[in-house]
Amino acid sequence: MIINHPLLGPRDASEFTYLGDASLIDRPDGGDIDAFHAYLHLRDNPAGEHRELWYHEYGDRSWLVVTRNTLTHEITQVELARDVARAKGRSR
Amino acid sequence: MTQPFRLGTGGLIDRDRPLIFRFNGRTFQGHPGDTLASALLANDQRLVGRSFKYHRPRGIFSAGSEEPNALVTLRRGAHANPNTRATMAELFDGLEATSQNHRGPLEWDLLSVNNILSPFLSAGFYYKTFMWPRAFWEKLYEPAIRAAAGLGRLSGEPDPDSYDHGFLHCDLLIVGAGPAGLSAALTAAGTGAKVILADEDFTPGGRLAAETHEIDGQLGSQWAAATWAALAENPNIRLLPRTTVFGTYDHGIMGALERNTDHLAEAHGKPRQTLWRLYAKRTLLCTGATERSIAFADNDRPGIMLAGAVRAYANRYATAPGRRVTVLTNNDDGLRTAVDLKAHGIEIAVILDTREGKAIAATHGRKALSAITLTDGTKIETDCLAVSGGWNPNVHLSCHHRNLPVWNETLAAFAPGPSLPPGMYCAGSVTGAFSTARALAEGASKATEILIDLGYAPANTTPPKASDEPSDITPLWHMPSRKRAWVDLQNDVTTKDVKLSHQEGYRSVEHLKRYTTLGMATDQGRTSNVLGLAILAEAAGKTIPETGTTVFRPPYTPVPIGAFAGHARGEQFRPTRLPPSHDWAAVNGASFTTAGQWLRAEWYARPGENGWRDSVDREVTTVRKKVGFCDVSTLGKIDIQGRDATEFINRVYANPFAKLAVGKVRYGLMLREDGFAYDDGTTARFAETHYVMTTTTANAGLVFRNLEFYRQCLWPNLDVHLASVTDAWAQFSVAGPNARDLLSRLVDLDLSNDAFPFMACAETTCCGVPARLFRISFSGELAYEIAVPARYGASLAETLVTAGKDLGIAPYGTEALSVLRIEKGHPVGNELNGQTTAAQLGLARMVSQEKDAIGTTLSQREEMIRDDDFRLVGFRPVDRGTLLNAGAHFLNTGAPADMAHDLGWMTSVAWSPTFGCSIGLGFLKNGTNRIGDTVRAYDPVRAKDTPVEVVSPHFYDPEGARQRG
Repeated sequence: MIINHPLLGPRDASEFTYLGDASLIDRPDGGDIDAFHAYLHLRDNPAGEHRELWYHEYGDRSWLVVTRNTLTHEITQVELARDVARAKGRSR
Repeated sequence: MTQPFRLGTGGLIDRDRPLIFRFNGRTFQGHPGDTLASALLANDQRLVGRSFKYHRPRGIFSAGSEEPNALVTLRRGAHANPNTRATMAELFDGLEATSQNHRGPLEWDLLSVNNILSPFLSAGFYYKTFMWPRAFWEKLYEPAIRAAAGLGRLSGEPDPDSYDHGFLHCDLLIVGAGPAGLSAALTAAGTGAKVILADEDFTPGGRLAAETHEIDGQLGSQWAAATWAALAENPNIRLLPRTTVFGTYDHGIMGALERNTDHLAEAHGKPRQTLWRLYAKRTLLCTGATERSIAFADNDRPGIMLAGAVRAYANRYATAPGRRVTVLTNNDDGLRTAVDLKAHGIEIAVILDTREGKAIAATHGRKALSAITLTDGTKIETDCLAVSGGWNPNVHLSCHHRNLPVWNETLAAFAPGPSLPPGMYCAGSVTGAFSTARALAEGASKATEILIDLGYAPANTTPPKASDEPSDITPLWHMPSRKRAWVDLQNDVTTKDVKLSHQEGYRSVEHLKRYTTLGMATDQGRTSNVLGLAILAEAAGKTIPETGTTVFRPPYTPVPIGAFAGHARGEQFRPTRLPPSHDWAAVNGASFTTAGQWLRAEWYARPGENGWRDSVDREVTTVRKKVGFCDVSTLGKIDIQGRDATEFINRVYANPFAKLAVGKVRYGLMLREDGFAYDDGTTARFAETHYVMTTTTANAGLVFRNLEFYRQCLWPNLDVHLASVTDAWAQFSVAGPNARDLLSRLVDLDLSNDAFPFMACAETTCCGVPARLFRISFSGELAYEIAVPARYGASLAETLVTAGKDLGIAPYGTEALSVLRIEKGHPVGNELNGQTTAAQLGLARMVSQEKDAIGTTLSQREEMIRDDDFRLVGFRPVDRGTLLNAGAHFLNTGAPADMAHDLGWMTSVAWSPTFGCSIGLGFLKNGTNRIGDTVRAYDPVRAKDTPVEVVSPHFYDPEGARQRG
């Protein structure tokens, strides 16, 4: 696979490590056990479009949110996770 | 040495140069341009192997990579390559090949008894036959079947060949250098587009090399050679002959295998093969088509070949496949065989066009074909039967992304489906354009389309002129027969097996494949799949498109595991990291152990020491009584800076960090968000906004990744920056009662206990070099860790030895380090393994409830904080002379040894020279409340059952007076 890094351009997937669902950005800060349980363990497993976290470990160490179709591997959007987190209202 | 079947003229061989080769120990002669297959045929060696299951005599069936029969072992000893297709093996001087799958000589295979037993060996026979008695399966049936199964044998020795990996980028990748591919490359030449043209053959032209078609008034093979030579001059075109593009991967990446030196007697230091990863903006498949057979009675004898292959041997290799040839065809293309052979002066016995109702009832000949009998009873003497059941487009690469091939009634074959992977196009006979003229035209037009799409302006878009040969077909799949009629030659699957599979309920084509093994193994059913599913469709009363195909997966042809491994084997399997003092340690008696990628000194042997225990005991005692030093540079080191560095660190450690003073170090415990402990280390504060964190050696990368995740994804506006400085600093632990004396001589710092107490840190200089000093202890002794820039590491080791000579200094390795930490009761990876909780580790009080750090919330789940859960405690054998073993499980005295009574397990043990006995750490149910009890360390693996006393995990100086002194 090739991931089009927003800062560095197209990079081979072997430079990245994969984490999983981008909903991991939505940490329920200050939440109770149930909220953290849901955050950590309850995920969708879509056949189709999936927003997921990739880490450019053998590169610039950016965390990226990659929108990928799990059936075709088509990548339609790549964003810096930091920008996504800020847009979701995460700050400090 | 006579080559009795070599034709007098023609062919793409160099008759002036003889090549000597050996097959099954016999010496033969061939020429450059030959394959092993063509050279064997020229020498009348028609029997080349035995079939997989029935051990039937088999000969050469095809002239390409689809070959199901002629699999040989090439070369000898460790260089032997089993299952090499003789049709793909380029002849070289001194080539040695042996046939496979027979017991005794090839001509008199003992296992051909299987042929007589064939009624008992039908599809799925081993599911039915070897049921009883049950005990016989492991002892008798399985070993016997295993001994008989398989084709070639591996040498069993390490592969002495080398394999390379390579990466290439291009605008346009053209797969296949037949008429369509060459035409496409000509169109692209001169546009400036970067083109790669790959072909699995060593001679360009695809079928042009095997046929007598003319292009622009030239013989097709000559046109192909001239075009290839012209393309080779073009700096924007890279030609990859002997290269099979074997797989379609994501985003325009194609996998290819180049055979660099397989065709040479000696590799001369070059790699045997190169695994290419091709990054193509566009890919044009010009992969051609493969001929298929027709099933009829005993259609597997040597001498029965594909019609196109018969032409290839005559036209390209100047080899007569027989003296008196019969042609059997259901299509126009097969008829060309008779025309071409006659032109070579080869006698045609009869042409059997199935469209005229001709059919074969039987074939004759023991080790090669001698005659056939037609259904009307006519017996015809013939030594070669050229069979054409039509052509299948080589759709494989178009299907690797699940683009299902589509049945084309006119072609009676599957062609690529409409949902090609992005950027992929097809041209030539792979699309069903079965004539030379159409292939050339499609190659040019598809290339033009692609180039314009990429922004290039092709000028030369008119294809060369060629004939438009007819290719009409009336499909015929099999002829009625009471004898066995082969569908898949490689797996010995007959029409009867296909019908049996359907009868027994394996009706899906995927089930048919698994039940009969149709289409498996090295040829992946290239000549047999469509035939098999056509017969299945007939048995099921369905159409072929309703029946469908099995899934196409890479690789198109076999790729050696060695090629995938490339250089990543042996010492190059992964990088080796060396701590800064490695070379110093090597000349000072160290032996080394691996710790992840690192090589670490495990102990330093001295003259007179008998075995490693002597060295380790001495090193431990040196630390306890005098002073020792150990390279701990492998620990992860992360530089953390920023206005919010304190806040950040306070959120990533479970214990409080908000109030750590400048000039102080604190031990920190890290949890995963699920609440389990996963790493620990110390973090030092050098300034208001500057910290240095250490991690365990094993988790250095993981912790850094996690910190970046927290920083970028969870708290994107915290002002904090991270840098991995693991390799920047050489860090040594200096431990023992004399440590202060020693370091006072080297660093420009007051080291008195008041000025530099336990858990202090400072930036300083050591012998004029910038240094960092930390007063931390892993051993429980008065101890420091000193860090200098990595390039001074070896020099610091030497300096410590020199300066500490009168203090009794000695280096110590990881074994002594481990003994010291077990004596002190510090958990490491054995205990802190990512599956244990802070409470289990005895660190429950460290987890602050005053903050929302990573993992805090879920660490408080009921099951994770139970009082009666496992607790880390220490163990001593009741009989002090007994040695403990890690991995032993704990049981109460008198309890049965079963899982219901299991109380935990021993995680770490060491011989303690300090206490003069074996000691251990382990997790024990309700352990804290059982100190003083005696339990059993039960170890069925080593047949031991040892009474042990439960003690505090802190064997050595539990109050910590020594490390604070």
